Amino acid sequence: MKISVIITLKKDVLDPQGKVIHQTLDGMGFDDINEVRQGKYFEIDTKESDNVKAKAKVEDMCKKLLANLVIENYKIIDPK
Amino acid sequence: MKSSVITFPGSNCDRDMDVALKKFGFKNKMVWHADTELPKSDLVVLPGGFSYGDYLRCGSMASKSKIMQSIINFANSGGMVMGICNGFQILVETGLVPGVLLRNKYLEFICKNVFVKINDKKNKYFKNVDNEVLEFHIAHNEGNYFCTNDQLKEIEDNNQVAINYCDRNGKVEDQFNPNGSIKNIAGIFNKEKNVLGMMPHPERMIDTSLSGEDGSLFFKNLINNLK
Repeated sequence: MKISVIITLKKDVLDPQGKVIHQTLDGMGFDDINEVRQGKYFEIDTKESDNVKAKAKVEDMCKKLLANLVIENYKIIDPK
Repeated sequence: MKSSVITFPGSNCDRDMDVALKKFGFKNKMVWHADTELPKSDLVVLPGGFSYGDYLRCGSMASKSKIMQSIINFANSGGMVMGICNGFQILVETGLVPGVLLRNKYLEFICKNVFVKINDKKNKYFKNVDNEVLEFHIAHNEGNYFCTNDQLKEIEDNNQVAINYCDRNGKVEDQFNPNGSIKNIAGIFNKEKNVLGMMPHPERMIDTSLSGEDGSLFFKNLINNLK
């Protein structure tokens, strides 16, 4: 089963990369952007076939390694 | 005094640290990250470098290395653990010191000498250092210290800030902040002050003909404080 995770920076954390991307897009003519925030995307292919158990394990992975909860939020996307 | 320097895949200041520690009288051992047992040590150093290629977040992979559990136990029982640069990043990822280190504010890799002001001397790292200001070297891409407001309050209430970026006279101001760190924080302790994480490299300032002597002051003082 494949489970996806999106990690984003928390609202109050400065994202200089997002800012530069925003400025660059702006310079390219995409001038109606309010803000760009850069994040991370993971695809985890697990042997676990039980949906609920798999999600719980991925959540544990997020807390222990994939995200740093001081600055990041994680969102687990429901497996299809 | 016995010290241990941990080598992770991608560490590159481990041998510099070994040279520095030995120069000032430590009997140092190099310890591989995949070992599980820590040799008997009075000081453990997590060195600078790019452990695991800085994948995911700087220090995040190294913080889960096999040796780290022994180091966490050592620190929690009062052992002296010092993380320099990438070592600091590893320490924040283990949670031994609070906060995180973000990308530098202006997105550039910074490699230069800086001045730091010692904020607290009631600890074994800086006790008896005569100087208020030290000149150290920094070389990092992710040294922008960040923590939540609640953490900052706790850090300040417990006087856990070790050193702040400043000018040569010890003025701590925004213009002397190289990387955007909150309150110019360059180094921080855990609550008990046996664990120190800092971005500057004292091991690069131990030779007048190469750099400077402020690192020598630091190490000479450190070994005396541990005796």
